[in-house]
Amino acid sequence: MTHATATANMMHPPVPAEPGAGVYSNKLGMWVFLASDVMFFTALIGSYIILRFGMTEPWAAPGAVLNVPLTGINTFLLICSSVSMVKAYAAIADGKKYFLRPLPGKLMRDGGLKFWLLITIICGAAFVGVQVYEYIKLVEHGFTPAGYREGSLLAEHALADPVKYGAATGAMYGSTFFTMTGFHGFHVTCGVVSMLYLYFTKVLPEKYSAQDYRGIEVVGLYWHFVDLVWIILFTIVYLI
Amino acid sequence: MTTTAHVRPNYILIWVYLFVLTVVEVGAAFFSGIPKHWLILILVVLAVWKALLVALYFMHLKFEGWRLRLIFLVPLPLAFILVVTTMMEKP
Repeated sequence: MTHATATANMMHPPVPAEPGAGVYSNKLGMWVFLASDVMFFTALIGSYIILRFGMTEPWAAPGAVLNVPLTGINTFLLICSSVSMVKAYAAIADGKKYFLRPLPGKLMRDGGLKFWLLITIICGAAFVGVQVYEYIKLVEHGFTPAGYREGSLLAEHALADPVKYGAATGAMYGSTFFTMTGFHGFHVTCGVVSMLYLYFTKVLPEKYSAQDYRGIEVVGLYWHFVDLVWIILFTIVYLI
Repeated sequence: MTTTAHVRPNYILIWVYLFVLTVVEVGAAFFSGIPKHWLILILVVLAVWKALLVALYFMHLKFEGWRLRLIFLVPLPLAFILVVTTMMEKP
């Protein structure tokens, strides 16, 4: 009997803890990396806060330049991917390596690791796709990392309403926006690539089991952190 | 994502919380008419609340030992110091 079936609805560590920090080394390494990534994103977000609130000239109003409804949907996608990731983790902790299985007496099917990780990959890839689409549209309308492009639609709007569009701070807005969201998008892309790698090399060949699923836990920690950072970025960049 | 065995959280309920909080955030930002400085405070509180839900329940930080919690918590005061000292710097 596996430890997963022995105690229903309980979560267990994938492998026994190692002496020292009390966890296995891969997980400790990921947590140390995440701690360093906290500082990295703090530097970016902190710079944005200092630049924005240190300016005497107004910043563009929320929603004036950026497509908030579209990004709201994208935020929801990333939150969904975080849930599917944790469901993938719970599935393999219960020893469910399969894709979908019928539930006795129910119309719904029970999702296993293969199903939930695939959902996570699809949601993550969709998030990156929507972000690329957003970038293309912004640049088309004249919002670039260097600010409002001369002669563009947004530059005309900024001339007509310099307060709403933050005409004087457009260059600072453009550079901070693309730097922060760009680095976050890079993190999401790295997460999707990592999950794809695990999917084809470990998940499909069923190399994970209820006794050892370290890779899923470690990549899951990274993925949830990326979601956490986006929650903060969405508020600071799009809503405030 | 945990060091010791514990009861599994209700992940779908956390997802519902996150969804509702996101809707409240967008609603407050665009449809509430709350004064700007109060709005900023409310939005930051909502964002921190959502981030805590992810860290505590999806990353299972709530069920981890104190050493791992410490690894995650140590950069936060450092981050705060970094931002505040830079803001206080005279031009």
